[in-house]
Amino acid sequence: MYDFLKSLDRRWIFLLMLLAVAIPILGGWRFPERPSPLVETVFDTIEDLPAGSRVWMAYDYDPASQGELHPMGMAFARHCALKRHKMYFMTLWPQGTVMVQSCLDMLKTEFPDLVYGEDYVNLGFRPGSEGPIKIIVTDLRKSVSSDINGVSLDEIPMTRDLKNVQGVDLIINVSSGTPGTKEWVLYASTPFHITTVAGCTGVQTPYLYPYVPDQLLGMLGAIKGGAEYEFLLLDAYPQLRDNPDAKEALRRMGPQLFGHLLLIALIVMGNVIYFMQRQRGEV
Amino acid sequence: MKRTVPLMIAATTGFVLIVSYFIPYTESWGEDAMTWFNILAAIAFILGGGNLLRMQLQKISDRRPGWGYAAVTLAAFVITLFFGLFKIGVQPTAAFPTNAWAAPYDREGSALWWCVEYLYRPLASTMFALLAFYIASAAFRAFRAKNTEATILLVTAFIVLLGRTYIAGIVREWLPEGLQSLSFDNMTNYIMSVFNLAGMRAITIGIALGVASTSLKVLLGVDRSYLGAGDE
Amino acid sequence: MQRETLFWLGLMLVGGVLLGGRAILVGNGRQYVERVTTTADVAATEGAAAQAVELTDYVNIPARERDAPGVRVSFARTVGIWVAAFCTLGIMSFLLGETPPYKLVESVFVGVSAAYWMVVGFWSEIVQNLLSHLVPGLMRATLLPGLSEKTVPNYWYVVPLVLSVMMLWRLAPKGAWIARWPLAFFIGATAGIRLVSYLEADFVQQISSTILPLVVFGADGSFDVWASIKNTLIVSGVLLGLVYFFFSVPHKGVVGGLAKGGVWLLMITFGASFGYTVMGRIALLADRLEFLFDDWLWLIDPTLQRAGM
Repeated sequence: MYDFLKSLDRRWIFLLMLLAVAIPILGGWRFPERPSPLVETVFDTIEDLPAGSRVWMAYDYDPASQGELHPMGMAFARHCALKRHKMYFMTLWPQGTVMVQSCLDMLKTEFPDLVYGEDYVNLGFRPGSEGPIKIIVTDLRKSVSSDINGVSLDEIPMTRDLKNVQGVDLIINVSSGTPGTKEWVLYASTPFHITTVAGCTGVQTPYLYPYVPDQLLGMLGAIKGGAEYEFLLLDAYPQLRDNPDAKEALRRMGPQLFGHLLLIALIVMGNVIYFMQRQRGEV
Repeated sequence: MKRTVPLMIAATTGFVLIVSYFIPYTESWGEDAMTWFNILAAIAFILGGGNLLRMQLQKISDRRPGWGYAAVTLAAFVITLFFGLFKIGVQPTAAFPTNAWAAPYDREGSALWWCVEYLYRPLASTMFALLAFYIASAAFRAFRAKNTEATILLVTAFIVLLGRTYIAGIVREWLPEGLQSLSFDNMTNYIMSVFNLAGMRAITIGIALGVASTSLKVLLGVDRSYLGAGDE
Repeated sequence: MQRETLFWLGLMLVGGVLLGGRAILVGNGRQYVERVTTTADVAATEGAAAQAVELTDYVNIPARERDAPGVRVSFARTVGIWVAAFCTLGIMSFLLGETPPYKLVESVFVGVSAAYWMVVGFWSEIVQNLLSHLVPGLMRATLLPGLSEKTVPNYWYVVPLVLSVMMLWRLAPKGAWIARWPLAFFIGATAGIRLVSYLEADFVQQISSTILPLVVFGADGSFDVWASIKNTLIVSGVLLGLVYFFFSVPHKGVVGGLAKGGVWLLMITFGASFGYTVMGRIALLADRLEFLFDDWLWLIDPTLQRAGM
């Protein structure tokens, strides 16, 4: 056994990981959640805004991180729609338009009473990394002259009177890297004191903690943050409980648990082998 | 001309942006500079595509090993570009029902949308998903408690991995009332909001100083590495 | 033929037969759509009367409604699901080495993404923010009919146009130095905005956020032990971390001891980062497997797309 584990072919580990994630998905295993303080802060921030508030939805992620971030993006959009906030969607990632469109499709299906242009608008993609943020915080029209359909901002009811991003009540940023939450903190929230909350990937989460709470009010970290947010949303809005699409992150916590347990088992096993090797003088 | 003018351009642009931050009257100068910056960023996408095209064509014409895959890349590139630039299959929207050119380039149902939805999306997300396998393999092979530092790192990872799952809740329920703060989820929260915050803040401050000094070196012409070594 | 090759060939053959059988019997991997027609009014213009134009869209319909009138299988989207499944498996085959399917789909990925970036760059910035300012009349008449009437030619935009051409000069065989001018503009602008913003948000503001009371009293005037410990740990932690990064003084004696503490703190930070990174990667894998099991194979139905079928 010791010799087998010492020279274990990595394909066995790959197979174990595949099974650890696949079996809970096939079995549909789900577990209850307990929201953490940071997630509760994000939820309360959106919940406590007066109905009809202006919310800038900066969705800076693409399909490469959809598994982690798209549930958050959808949950934020659902929450804002339920609160009747005005949503301004924009992305700084070229393929982010696909993710934004997916949210808009959801709004169209689940909230047919919301009107495009009056309740939500898609301002599309802007290249230049942090460049567009630097402009739109002082003059929106210098970077964005029309929505995704080519309609001038002066013709759209909800953008007609919006001069710049300082005019919104909240920035919600869903971020998978650069440009993302850090750039919104650097160029919008810190210099202009615009309330900002975020949802970000697991890789980014630890790096963003120094900004909380002075520059970033709260954040959802990785899929776990998304699951906790969905839990709070379902708790506050019982009408969503029959909607399976509103439980995407909660669903992902099953494979997450077994994946983490496997990782821990592998680390422990690797160290046991290491100490045995040391005892035998092999290392 | 080849080196002095670029240095002057960099310095002027940078200082205009710095000044526009402090003097409201010059705010629009900064906005204009950033508008041009964004246009150049879009041009960089085209430059990238052009470079890719050139490299693949060279590989094919030289019949270098793997030139068949270069041909696949080239075909995928040219077809997608054709679909996108000519808005193939894009239907007009209600805003401009007689002009399909005004509709979004990746409108649902269009050829470019198909490429993104059924090629780019699965390919990009699976590439990143693969890392789950390699992280597992690395954890087994390289994550050893060889010294104090490695042990601290390992124990922290252990707590965070458990603290962000359902197991943490079960353990918390087993713990007596007075020891609730020692549950994995609570410990994870402390680690993140105290130790991680402090460590990351030190790193952030260090990076900020690094960025500021590098920027100053560029603007003052001390750092000229971006100009390249030769005259051409 | 090698034993391993034979094994994989056999496995693929069995898999192919099972898949084909399942696709015929169960009908998995199909996408149903419905044709939706709407009418849009076109206002009267000079020489043309007002008219109503019919617009057609195809919307995805869940498989459970496949028998509803007007719902049919979409050939393009069904092929798309199978292509997406092939792409997913092709990338995953990298786990077995650099296989031909992997190399094939990787080549497709590079080509598609580079072209997509070019397309978005062209439509979202060059057309919308460059050409619209240089030739607004032409743009209004062709690509941007919604362009505001207030937009008039702004010849300052000749500058970014010239810089753009200079940048593309890099592709020419000679005169690559010409591209240094726009590059210098780019570097200068980045340095300019980052210098101020990093100092403000990541230096001054971070120091300000670290100035915390080490002895905390609650609202009722009582001593808050936990908040005091927390603040003390944050302040001392930041200082320890900074001492470690301070390389101008040798890490010996007291400084060495403090730097050691800084290293330990950073190890906790990196351990936390590792935990979160693992979380992210597993979520992405779960997403891809869900696609294979749900959209392609119809083995699971978490969003009730096929409920009652």
